[in-house]
Amino acid sequence: MTDIHVPIQLPEFDLPEDKLAQDAEAPVERESSFASRALPKILAPLIVGILFVGGWEAAVRAYKIPYYVLPGPFTIVETLISDWGVLWASLLVTLTVTFQALFLAAFFGASLAILFSQSKLIEMSFFPYAVILQVTPIVAIAPLIIIWADDVRIALLICAWIVAFFPILSNTTLGLHSADHNLKNLFQLYRATRWQTLRFLKLPAAMPYFLAGLKISGGLSLIGAVVAEFVAGTGGRGSGLAYRILEAGFQLKIPRLFAALLLISLTGVVIFLIMSLISHLLLRTWHESAIRTEN
Amino acid sequence: MSVVPLRVPAAETAQEPLRLKPAVRLTKVSKRFSNGTLAVEDFSFAFPQHGFISLLGPSGCGKSTILRMIAGLNRPSSGRIDWPNAVHDAAGQPERNLAFVFQEATLMPWATAIANVMLPLRLAGVSKDEARERSQVALAQVGIDDFANAYPRELSGGMKMRVSIARAIVERPRVLLMDEPFAALDEITRFKLNKDLLRLWQESNFTVVFVTHSVFESVFLSQHVLLMAARPGRVMARVPVDAPYPRDELFRTSAVYNERCRMVLELLGQASGHD
Ligand SMILES: Nc1ncnc2c1ncn2[C@@H]1O[C@H](COP(=O)(O)OP(=O)(O)O)[C@@H](O)[C@H]1O
Ligand SMILES: [Mg+2]
Repeated sequence: MTDIHVPIQLPEFDLPEDKLAQDAEAPVERESSFASRALPKILAPLIVGILFVGGWEAAVRAYKIPYYVLPGPFTIVETLISDWGVLWASLLVTLTVTFQALFLAAFFGASLAILFSQSKLIEMSFFPYAVILQVTPIVAIAPLIIIWADDVRIALLICAWIVAFFPILSNTTLGLHSADHNLKNLFQLYRATRWQTLRFLKLPAAMPYFLAGLKISGGLSLIGAVVAEFVAGTGGRGSGLAYRILEAGFQLKIPRLFAALLLISLTGVVIFLIMSLISHLLLRTWHESAIRTEN
Repeated sequence: MSVVPLRVPAAETAQEPLRLKPAVRLTKVSKRFSNGTLAVEDFSFAFPQHGFISLLGPSGCGKSTILRMIAGLNRPSSGRIDWPNAVHDAAGQPERNLAFVFQEATLMPWATAIANVMLPLRLAGVSKDEARERSQVALAQVGIDDFANAYPRELSGGMKMRVSIARAIVERPRVLLMDEPFAALDEITRFKLNKDLLRLWQESNFTVVFVTHSVFESVFLSQHVLLMAARPGRVMARVPVDAPYPRDELFRTSAVYNERCRMVLELLGQASGHD
């Protein structure tokens, strides 16, 4: 044992204090083992998918199901390649409507939410109508909009926008109200202007909420674009994937119907991935939703 | 009212020499919330310039309410709060020039440490470059300039509180209001922050109003401890701690410190005895 001859008066803290305190105040560590986490996340659903598609193809061949009832995955991919010219043109149309609608929804949803956050009276006056717009099924209003709008493309855009805009509005409104109470007090204490409070406090606090809304709206604007085109039912050169599905159904070109369906699903997945990526890139430095922690 | 000879009566503050004027003076301040709670009753105290005063009492005795009234976040129901030493702006409002440190560090999670410290300067219209420079100095004063570009979630509780203090002092306030700033920290970190806060206070010339419910912390830090009691919130006693600064760990074992702690504890015991 070492002898304890430290004089009592000696400030016992002073020597080890700096080290101790530094340990106690050490920065929190981050962790980033991507491979061990992501691999099963990709592999597991991939195996399920391969099994499903393989079973499908096997069943179609074994029971000799005619292609106009249920085409096998192989036939669908074949059609996708052979009909690519028509399908690609339609995909572009659907994509254009979808992204225009999403952009307008993000812009108007966020702007309206900011307006609401500036005046309780405006919020109270208009929010119920936004709700009404949201709860009314789009298929019910689509015929009206198609009649009113001169251009079918504009009509599709309006329908897709109506569906996509509400999640962004309601999420951003919630987000703008969500800033920490003490931080609000601090801004008040420093006599921040309305604009400063919005710019430095409310908008950053609302960002995760806005992005969550954007993720939902990405899928919804695609659904809106497709549903509205079904209702419109107009063909021609400038028609999107939904019309290709209708058309293929009438003409009993079932493999093409499936190919168009596949493209719509893939588009939805890609939109979701893009929105997730945007959200991750914008929030990764600070928000819990974008941070992987070890435990 | 007995007038002590040679002392300037309170009413004639205009004639007081500047350095003797209190930084902020509360006169019979009461606060009743709209729900009927009498949170503070007849609180009077003149916080001297460059003073270090603690408000000590059980939770619910109105400590935070007093700080919030001084900060202008709440209005007193009656009584007055003066800033005898402050410059008054065109609208007749005193330039209060104060800062607030909450129990939580209350940092903006989306901003780096230095961006958080820059906030008061940016809000006051200081240019980005100058704000950055001054914030770097403030971070150095609290000893974490190495972490200027870290985000709050990467910092421990003690470091976050240091950033919060840096943000409070970056604008060189006259009055620093602190509401149980170290209550959520472990004792080792807390002792270190106590010492660093005293050093900061000695190096500058702001007044600290420090709210705590730790007897030992209040005696260690302050020149005066205002003991408060609840229902209604009021000052029960004022205990001076007349030990010189700088105070360090030696002071924690000194006779004065122990005697004052015992005195405060006894007074608190008497107060709670009536409950
Ligand atoms: N905004 C408020 N509305 C109503 N009552 C309040 C409000 N803030 C505080 N109080 C009440 O005032 C009293 C004092 O509160 P507070 O100043 O927070 O005490 P302390 O900080 O000493 O714990 C408590 O009884 C509390 O419930
Ligand atoms: Mg409190």
